[in-house]
Amino acid sequence: MKIGIPNETSNIENRVAITPSVVKKIINLGYEVSIESGAGLKASFLDQDYEKSGAQVLSSKKNIWKLDIILKINKPSEDEISALSGKSTLISFFSPDLNPELLKICKKDNINILSMDSVPRISRAQKMDALSSMANVAGSRAVIEAAHLFGRFFGGQITAAGKILPAKILIIGAGVAGLSAIGTATSLGAIVRAFDTRPEVKEQVESLGAEFLTVSLNEDASSNDGYAKTMSDEFIKKEMDLFKSQCKEVDIIITTALIPGKDAPKLITDEMINLMKPGSVIMDLAALQGGNCTLCKRDEIVDINGVKIVGFTDLPSRLPSQSSELYANNVYHVLNDITPDKDGKISINMEDEVIRSLTIIKDGQITFPPPKVHVSVKKTQLKNTQVKKEIIKKEKKSLLPGIIAFSLLFLVGAFAPASFMSHFTVFVLSCFIGYMVIWNVTSSLHTPLMSVTNAVSSIIIIGALVQISSPGLASIVLSSLAIFITSINIFGGFAVTKRMLGMFKK
Amino acid sequence: MTLNIFTSEVVNSLYIVSAVLFILTLGGLSNQESSTRGNIYGITAMAIAIVATFLGPRITNNYYLIILLIFFGGIIGLTLAKKVKMTDMPELVAILHSLVGLAAVLVGIVNYMNPTYNFSNTEMIIHNIEIYIGIFIGMVTFSGSVVAFGKLSGKISGNPLILPARHYLNLLMIVSIILLAYIFVSTDVVDTASNSLILMLVISFIFGIHLVASIGGADMPVVVSMLNSYSGWAASATGFMLSNDLLIVVGALVGSSGAILSYIMCKAMNRSFISVIAGGFGTESSKPSTNSSVQGDINSINTDEFKELILASKKIAIIPGYGMAVAQAQFVVNEIINILKNKKIDVIFVIHPVAGRMPGHMNVLLAEAQIPYDIVFEMDEVNDDFSNIDLSIVIGANDIVNPSALEDPNSPISGMPVIECWKGKNTVVLKRGMSTGYAGVENPLFYKENSLMLFGDAKESLTEVLSLNSN
Repeated sequence: MKIGIPNETSNIENRVAITPSVVKKIINLGYEVSIESGAGLKASFLDQDYEKSGAQVLSSKKNIWKLDIILKINKPSEDEISALSGKSTLISFFSPDLNPELLKICKKDNINILSMDSVPRISRAQKMDALSSMANVAGSRAVIEAAHLFGRFFGGQITAAGKILPAKILIIGAGVAGLSAIGTATSLGAIVRAFDTRPEVKEQVESLGAEFLTVSLNEDASSNDGYAKTMSDEFIKKEMDLFKSQCKEVDIIITTALIPGKDAPKLITDEMINLMKPGSVIMDLAALQGGNCTLCKRDEIVDINGVKIVGFTDLPSRLPSQSSELYANNVYHVLNDITPDKDGKISINMEDEVIRSLTIIKDGQITFPPPKVHVSVKKTQLKNTQVKKEIIKKEKKSLLPGIIAFSLLFLVGAFAPASFMSHFTVFVLSCFIGYMVIWNVTSSLHTPLMSVTNAVSSIIIIGALVQISSPGLASIVLSSLAIFITSINIFGGFAVTKRMLGMFKK
Repeated sequence: MTLNIFTSEVVNSLYIVSAVLFILTLGGLSNQESSTRGNIYGITAMAIAIVATFLGPRITNNYYLIILLIFFGGIIGLTLAKKVKMTDMPELVAILHSLVGLAAVLVGIVNYMNPTYNFSNTEMIIHNIEIYIGIFIGMVTFSGSVVAFGKLSGKISGNPLILPARHYLNLLMIVSIILLAYIFVSTDVVDTASNSLILMLVISFIFGIHLVASIGGADMPVVVSMLNSYSGWAASATGFMLSNDLLIVVGALVGSSGAILSYIMCKAMNRSFISVIAGGFGTESSKPSTNSSVQGDINSINTDEFKELILASKKIAIIPGYGMAVAQAQFVVNEIINILKNKKIDVIFVIHPVAGRMPGHMNVLLAEAQIPYDIVFEMDEVNDDFSNIDLSIVIGANDIVNPSALEDPNSPISGMPVIECWKGKNTVVLKRGMSTGYAGVENPLFYKENSLMLFGDAKESLTEVLSLNSN
C-alpha cells in the first residue's frame, strides 16, 4: 500500500509526521512512501534526504491525499477530511473527546482513522505513546524558554564579583512533562522542587535530583487509567496554601497539571502571582486546556508587575527535529502493529486492546470511545506476607545441629583411644582454620582457589611415599601409581594456578 | 642404600612448617595482590613436605623409582596446565580431583595390605574404620569426578539421570556400605574382610557415578566444589589412617574450602545442599512453567542503534554469562571497553556467583581477556546502584537476570538472588533467540519496556559494534 505524508497546514507547526530515518523502517514493512515537497523543511529535513531514504517527493497536495494511508500530526481540517476517500486510513492526533463534531464529519465511505492521542497507558503501548513523547519535549523546552526569559543564571556560583544564588524552580505535576522539566532544570544547576498529588511519583522525582513537596493528607490521586484525578476540597485548600508559600520563594514555576477530558485545574491564582518577585517566570503547559494559571493567555506572554506568564501551546514544535523524530517513531510502531505480516497491507485487528483504543473510525463508523483499559500498578502486597512467613520458618532450626555435633563428639570421646583423640583435635581445629581462612578469599579468585586446593590435596603423595618401602610387589606397584598420579596433580595444579593468577591485571 | 638424613622428629617439625605454609597459601588468595605469593607458599610447602619425607626414616629404598615417577608425573601435569583452555578449567579441575580420589584409594589399599603397627584392639578397630572411610571417600571422589569431567566436557549428556527409585537406590547403597563396614571391622577371617572391602569398592564406585549423574547441568558449579571438598576429606581420612597430622591438617583445609564454596554456590541459587545432591533439578521445570502470564512485546534493536545507545551512556554495566565464554566474545568486549575508556565512558562488569561452570570461573575468563579486575564487581556490590547505570549489557546470560526470581513466588527459581539490571535506565540483551536458560524458566526481563533485544551471535554482534566504532 502507499503512504502519504502531507505538509502540516498550521502556521505555528514546524514538525513533520515522518523523518527520513523512519522512512527506511516503513519501507521495510512493505509500504511505498510519498511525501509532499517541503514537508520536513521547517524541521530541517530536506526533500533530498527523504529521497535518499527511498521516499518519493510529490509536489501536489492532492495526489498525497489520494494515497491509501495518510500520516500527519495535527488533527485534520474539514477540507482534509473531504479529501479522504474510499478505504483510506488516516493516522494523526485527533482528540476525539474534544472534537465530537469533527468526528461526525468523518463518518463516511470506508475510511479508518487512528488517533495518536488515544493510545492506552499500558506498558505494551508505550512505544506508540506520542502524547508522552511530546510531553517529554515540551517539559524540557519549557525550562529552556523560561531560562531565556529569566534574567539570571540557573546555577549558583561564587565569583570574584560576588555570590550568585541558584534559581529556585517549582514544577507542578510530575507526569512525563514534569519529570522531563525536572531533569533539564536540575542539569542546568537550579534548585528544583516538584509537587504532585500522586505519592508514588516521589521516588522518580527524587531520583532526578529534585525535592518532592507534598501536603499531609491521606488522599491518593492515582486512578486506574494512569492519570491523576480531581481531589477533595480540603486537599485543594492545603495544596493552595503550599503554593502560596512557595510563590514567595521561587523564581520560576512550571505547571503541567492536566485532568483528562476536563479543563485544567486553576492552581496559580492572581493573589499568588502578586506574591512573586519581579523577573519571575511562570510557564503554563496546560494553556491549551485553559491553563493552570488564572491569568494565562494562550500562545502569549503576559507581564503582570514584572512576572511573565507564558502560555505557549507549541512547545514541541519549537524543537521540531527532535519532536518529529519521536513522533515518527511512535507512528512507525503503530504501523508495525497494524501490519502483522510485514507485507505492506494494513489489518486493523479490533481484538487487540491497543489497536482497539487507537481506532476511532473503522470502515466509516465511529468506534469511539473504546472500552476501558486498566493500568496495573498495585500488586506488591501479596509478596510481602510470603516473605515474612519464610523468615519465621528460618528462625526455628538452629539448635539441633549443635546438639547433634555435641553428642557425636561425646560418643567419640567415650570410646576412642588417646592416640585417635589427638589426631581428632588436630582435625577439628584445622577445619576451623580452613573455615576462617576461606571466607576471606575474594570470590573472583574462587577458581584459582579450587585449582590450588586441588594441588594441595595431593599432599596425599606423602601417604604413598611412606609406604613405597613396604614389602611386596603389589604394594610397590600401587604406591608407585599413587605417587605418579599425585605428581601430575601437584605440578598441574600449581602451574595452572600460577597461569591463572598471572592473568589478573589491574 | 638409605638416605635417612632426618630423624622422624625433624620430619615432623618440617611438617609443621609445611602445614603453616599451606594455611598461608589459602590466606594469600584473599586478594589478587597477594595471590601469586600464596601460590609460591603452596609450592614451597609441598616441596618441604616431599623432601622431608624423602629424606626421612620411612623410606628405605626405591629412591630412583620415586624420582622418576615424580619427574614424569610432573611433566604430564605441567603440559596439561600449559595447554588447557580457560573455558575448559572446570574439566581439568574435575579430572585432577579424580586423581586425588584414586590416590586415596590406592594408599588405603596398600595400607590395608601392610598392617605394620602394633595396635590394641580398639585401636585396630578404629584403624580399620579409617582405612574403610578413606577408601570409600576416595572412590566416590574418583568415580564422581570422572562423571563430572564427562558432563563438563560434553562427553556425557548434561541432563540429570533420573532412575525411577533413585532415592531408594542411594539409600540401599549407603546401608550396604555401612553393613559391609561392620563385617570388615568385626571379622577375624582375612578373606571375609578383603571380600567385603572389594564389594564396598564396587558399590562406592557406582554410588559416586550415580551421585553426580543425577545432578543437572545448572548445578555443575556445586558439584565441582563438592568434589573439591571430598578430595580434601579423602586426604584427611588418609592422614588418620597413617597417623599423619600433616595430611589431616591439609585435608581438613581443602575439605572445608570445598564445603564453603558449595555453600556459597547453593546460596547463590537459593537451593539447599541436600536438594542439589538429591539431584534431578530441571525435571520439575521441564513442565510448562507456571508463569505463563509473561506477555508483552519484545523490542529489538540493530547493531547501529546499539552503538548509539552505548555512546550515549555515561555508565555501562556488562553482565556476562557462560554464553559469552562459549561465543569467545570476551576478547571483543575488552577491545570495546578500551575504546569506551578513551571516550570517558565508565564500564563495569557485574558477575553473578553462579555465572560460568565453576565458582569464580567468569572472573578467570575475564582476566584471560585482560579485563582489569578492579572493574569487575560482584552482584551484591552493584545491585543497589543500578539506578545510576545508564545501560546494562547482558551477554549470554539468562537465569541470573530473571526478575521472576524476585517477583513471582511460583517461579522455579523464586528466591534466587539475581542481578537487578532492570532497575537501570536501559538493558540490552545479546541473545541468539528466545530460548530459556538452564532452569527452563521464561524471562520477563525481555518483555520489560526498558529492555531491548539484540538477536544474533554475541561475538558477531559485538564485532560489528566495534567496526562501527572505529570510524
